[in-house]
Amino acid sequence: MATVHDIDTGGRAPALETRGVSVFYGTKAAVKEISLVVPANKVVALIGPSGCGKSTLLRCFNRMNDLVVGARVEGEVDFRGKNLYDDDVDPVEVRRRIGMVFQKPNPFPKSIYENTAFGPRINGFKGDLDTLVEESLRQAALWDEVHDRLGDSAYALSGGQQQRLCIARTLAVKPEIILMDEPASALDPIATQKIEELIYELKTDYTIIIVTHNMQQAARISDYTAFLYMGDLIEYGPTEAIFTNPREERTEAYVTGRFG
Amino acid sequence: MSDHVSTMGGASNPRGRRRKLLGRLFAVLCAAATAVGVLSLVVLLGDLALDGLPRLSGDFLTSFASRFPERAGVKAALAGSVWILVLTAVIAFPISVAAAIYLEEYSGRGWVTRLIQLNIANLAGVPSIVYGILGLAVFVRALGLDRSVLSGALTLSLLILPVIIMASQEAIRAVPRSLREAAYGLGATRWQVVRTQVLPMAMPGILTGTILALSRAVGETAPLIMVGAVGFIAFTPKSLGDPFTVLPLQIYNWISRPQAEFHAIAAAGILVLLALLLTMNAVAILLRNRFQARS
Repeated sequence: MATVHDIDTGGRAPALETRGVSVFYGTKAAVKEISLVVPANKVVALIGPSGCGKSTLLRCFNRMNDLVVGARVEGEVDFRGKNLYDDDVDPVEVRRRIGMVFQKPNPFPKSIYENTAFGPRINGFKGDLDTLVEESLRQAALWDEVHDRLGDSAYALSGGQQQRLCIARTLAVKPEIILMDEPASALDPIATQKIEELIYELKTDYTIIIVTHNMQQAARISDYTAFLYMGDLIEYGPTEAIFTNPREERTEAYVTGRFG
Repeated sequence: MSDHVSTMGGASNPRGRRRKLLGRLFAVLCAAATAVGVLSLVVLLGDLALDGLPRLSGDFLTSFASRFPERAGVKAALAGSVWILVLTAVIAFPISVAAAIYLEEYSGRGWVTRLIQLNIANLAGVPSIVYGILGLAVFVRALGLDRSVLSGALTLSLLILPVIIMASQEAIRAVPRSLREAAYGLGATRWQVVRTQVLPMAMPGILTGTILALSRAVGETAPLIMVGAVGFIAFTPKSLGDPFTVLPLQIYNWISRPQAEFHAIAAAGILVLLALLLTMNAVAILLRNRFQARS
């Protein structure tokens, strides 16, 4: 089942490439031998019904699964010519270079400023922190709403603002890839739209891999879409092809809403 | 369907009336149970205050024990209790919190961890006299610390370690996983996650558990008798190696005298002990509120 899903990366080195990645919880495989190529500065969406392994796969890309007791990863995830699962790779460094935004907004119980400054601080940032915080908040399209109350608690923000703060917090450590795990699923439609616009903007500087259960969202924002089902990668290709002309019957059934 | 609606009439229906009656009876029983606790406390405190308050004075706090009841005071015992309290806190708190952090954040979930966990839970239930015997054998004799305030504090530290460890683990476990993941996701090391997220959030719970455990330590008598706290001394400890006595032991001494005058000063001693405990709890609440305000 280890089909290699080749993608035209336009001659550039891919941002990330997996080779036969499997994830086991105990003896049960949640993700089975997935190989795919993520082109740089593109948005890749992982879609599929609940429990298909899309979040688990996403968490392989920054070694977040290391933190899950009983989870075991096999295969290779290549990032800049290096397998992330090699023995000499420090997962802490991986997570700094490959950032993550989570399903539910999870700001720290601190001020807006301190939330944004947290990443740079723990990574020993030596420059002008105020400038970096402003830059990150601007990039996350939050600056105009919060610039006059940076000292307020992050919990005083709305859900959508909190999620954009979490994105700003991730941007502040200057990652190369941003992983997003259903970043808008806990938000209302307007907040969702803002996040989607933001993703579109961020694509010029970052590679984004996003898990979503919302197919319209995947169709709107992504360049490439991977459809997962029961731990298998069923189909991977340009988003337009996946949605209008899928090769696999199961993909078609899913994207047309016949199951899932 | 219409049957259903009619049974909701409640009072008019005999079964509904009985259920309501039962509900009210249950509430009364619970209130009575609460009253038993509150009333006995009120009676106890009232009785103590009647006996002890007349004897409570500045002199009582600044005088040493004496064979003349009118001259006797709690100076040595109060000083000893405070020494023990502070030392025990200083020894037990860091060790317990470190152990809790290790068990929750670092160790796996293997059988070794589970065995340690089981042991800690069991240790919390071991009678305090057993810790006294251990303290006598290890600290007083083997380590040659003698019948000192340090031996006493070390023994009580052992006694309350499991309690603080378990309370701290509980508090650490209550820190949401999402916060840990957020910090890890930004490239934080395990230690950074613990220091910047887990500990600040868990601190109120850890402090509450610590103070409760310390309250228990301050009230202990048996293990301190084992490690040789003395019943009658006319000086306060000046260093870790000095002999000492504590309030509960002093109170016990007075109560076991035949003269009624000593019973009155025992009551006054109990009031001092209660005041010490209340002060500790107040400090705990203050600390907790400070930490909660910060996070």
